Amino acid sequence: MTKTKPMRRRTLLGLLAALPVLTRVPRAHAATEVGFDDLYGSVGVLGLTFSDTVKRLNGQSVTMSGFMAPPLKAEATFFVLTEIPMSICPFCSSDSDWPDNIVVVYLDAAQTFVQPGTRISVSGMLDVGTWTDPETGFVSRLRLRSARYWSV
Amino acid sequence: MRTLLAALVATTILAGTAQATTVYPLPRATILAGSPFDFKVELPGVVKADDVKITVNGEDYVAALGSAAAFVAEEKGKEDKVLGSALILRGARILKAGSYKVDVTAGGETKSVTWEVYDTIAQPKAKNVIFLLGDGLSVAHRTGARIMSKGMTEGKANGRLAMDDLDHMAFVGTSATDAIATDSANTMSAYMTGHKTAVNALGVYADRTPASLDDPKVETIAEALRRTTKKAIGVVSTAEIEDATPAAVVAHTRKRADKADIVGMFYAVQPDVILGGGSAYFLPQATPGSKRKDDKDYIQLFKDAGYALATDKTELAASSGTNAAKLLGLFHTGNMDTVLDRDFLKKGTVAKFPNQPGLVDMTNAALTQLSRNQEGFFLMVEGASIDKMSHPMDWDRAMYETIEFDKAVAVARDFAAKNPETLIVVTGDHTHGMSIVGTIDDEKPGTEMRQKVGVYADAGFPNYEDKDGDGYPDKVDPTRRLAVFSSNFPDYYETFRPKLEGPFEPTVQNEKKEYVANPAYKDVPGAVLREGNLPRASESAVHAVDDVVLQASGPGAEAFKGYLEESDIYRVLADTLALGAPDKIGAK
Repeated sequence: MTKTKPMRRRTLLGLLAALPVLTRVPRAHAATEVGFDDLYGSVGVLGLTFSDTVKRLNGQSVTMSGFMAPPLKAEATFFVLTEIPMSICPFCSSDSDWPDNIVVVYLDAAQTFVQPGTRISVSGMLDVGTWTDPETGFVSRLRLRSARYWSV
Repeated sequence: MRTLLAALVATTILAGTAQATTVYPLPRATILAGSPFDFKVELPGVVKADDVKITVNGEDYVAALGSAAAFVAEEKGKEDKVLGSALILRGARILKAGSYKVDVTAGGETKSVTWEVYDTIAQPKAKNVIFLLGDGLSVAHRTGARIMSKGMTEGKANGRLAMDDLDHMAFVGTSATDAIATDSANTMSAYMTGHKTAVNALGVYADRTPASLDDPKVETIAEALRRTTKKAIGVVSTAEIEDATPAAVVAHTRKRADKADIVGMFYAVQPDVILGGGSAYFLPQATPGSKRKDDKDYIQLFKDAGYALATDKTELAASSGTNAAKLLGLFHTGNMDTVLDRDFLKKGTVAKFPNQPGLVDMTNAALTQLSRNQEGFFLMVEGASIDKMSHPMDWDRAMYETIEFDKAVAVARDFAAKNPETLIVVTGDHTHGMSIVGTIDDEKPGTEMRQKVGVYADAGFPNYEDKDGDGYPDKVDPTRRLAVFSSNFPDYYETFRPKLEGPFEPTVQNEKKEYVANPAYKDVPGAVLREGNLPRASESAVHAVDDVVLQASGPGAEAFKGYLEESDIYRVLADTLALGAPDKIGAK
């Protein structure tokens, strides 16, 4: 994926505000588009299995489309991408009450939050397997790392 | 007048001082004789152990409660803030019924609380108890289910619900120890322990320390049954089995969200039948779909403990032919789908879990398994999604769920007809602020949906049909439907129509953690934005503080009458099963 030099948050936000069109520029080499229905080969009471597509694309650049759930904490470096817009139960503000088919997105640089209900596309490196976020303890099974997103 | 005011001021100050020291169980607790409970005293300041004096009915507390409490010099709060000293005695027991006054003196502070310890009749009135809990079951759910399922002609119902013909009735107060409002944890915990507690808490009093698994415990009904009887125990729910209501049968935690821990609490008690959703918390973290944060494989642990496993409707049906002593049925990684989605619309997550049993299937399977125990059984059956669909104001799904719940009540009543030593209790845990106000008639002129709401004589009767006689309307969206509204709501788009594409999601959260109307419904024809009357932190309609209606039949049911606190219900159950009989009090 396109390399972005590290930027201070203020610089990036200024850039986003001034040139929103920049974020819509297509990638130099198109990443493989992956849908939420493509993630799991089988879904069952005794667990899910990753699809062959996901296994094949592990470590590669992919694009997914969905909805951004608000960050668990303001300073979190990741957000959760969901298939449909989510409202989370107030009694269960932990990761335990998310649906099965979520993807955690780690950004390569801070980006502004989009309004709820806005469909976004995310591009990043697909990372498959159990991972516990060291800062929040949030456990994820699928991630997009070094990711960027834009509204669609 | 001036004297009265002065007296009031003095009383207030005294009360303020008295609140500084907290004793658990809280004042006016009712305690089953012989049942273990954690005794805790929280002092507002740091004191020396020798400075604390505790008496029970004027005598040193050690004799009354069985042993001495451990002294904690400094309890810590968040960020290591010192909260004060404390004394904790785990597993205290009082073996003799009566009034117990506890006096605590420490560092100039005094506190008195009085508990009532009760025993029960010597011989049980009932062999079996079937406790059916419609989560959030309110009067409007019953009325709506009756109209939709049975129909109405000239103002008289064309048929009766199974719950309509139970013999005894009581109004039940649901409030928590920390609020008049309530959730499914503290409410079911009151039913299942006889102690009221705080919102979100299960089987514990809510103490001041941040940890959720160290709060003062009280005995659950499952533990009491294990301690005093050889009865079988069953827990059935359409929710995740770790959800508050089913968890309350066995669990001890300040936080109902401790679902991975709650699986361990089920394992500790080992109910003979466990049926529901929530398999994600049984799977080790390496398994995709798991919601555990450790490597424990509870599917394997339960199998090793002698449980037969069923994962769909077919396997559940086959389970009745097996000889396994215990039955674990997990039919979904999360909450099971509603009957409207499972059997009619095929929405929700039905495509992923196409062969889920319903509450009737699960109740039948549980009764088959449990009734093999010659000593009798206690079965808790929860219709969970009455509540789960009332929160998002998906009234059609909530009504279909109520009909399904009533069919489970019918199964229980059939069992009781053949096994008359069976007490049936049907109740909600809390209510919702919902009401039926008339009908919504698509045939009324215009496009503005509120003009199609029929009130008073204009309401007429809805035109649901049940031609196949299955008890559910054949179509959820006939032209003239029930008009149901909530007294309380977040911002949302009111569509005045059933949600045929899947359960209603009225709100989404924005970056300020505020819930705003879900724009997905904005363009539904006729949809209007309703500005909420709840705080913006509320993602859905909330529980009402209104009383619950409890109904019951069978031996022991006559004790349900008038107004009862939710914690009083446990005492009726304990008495019916004689859990505090003279020969049981000493049981450990």
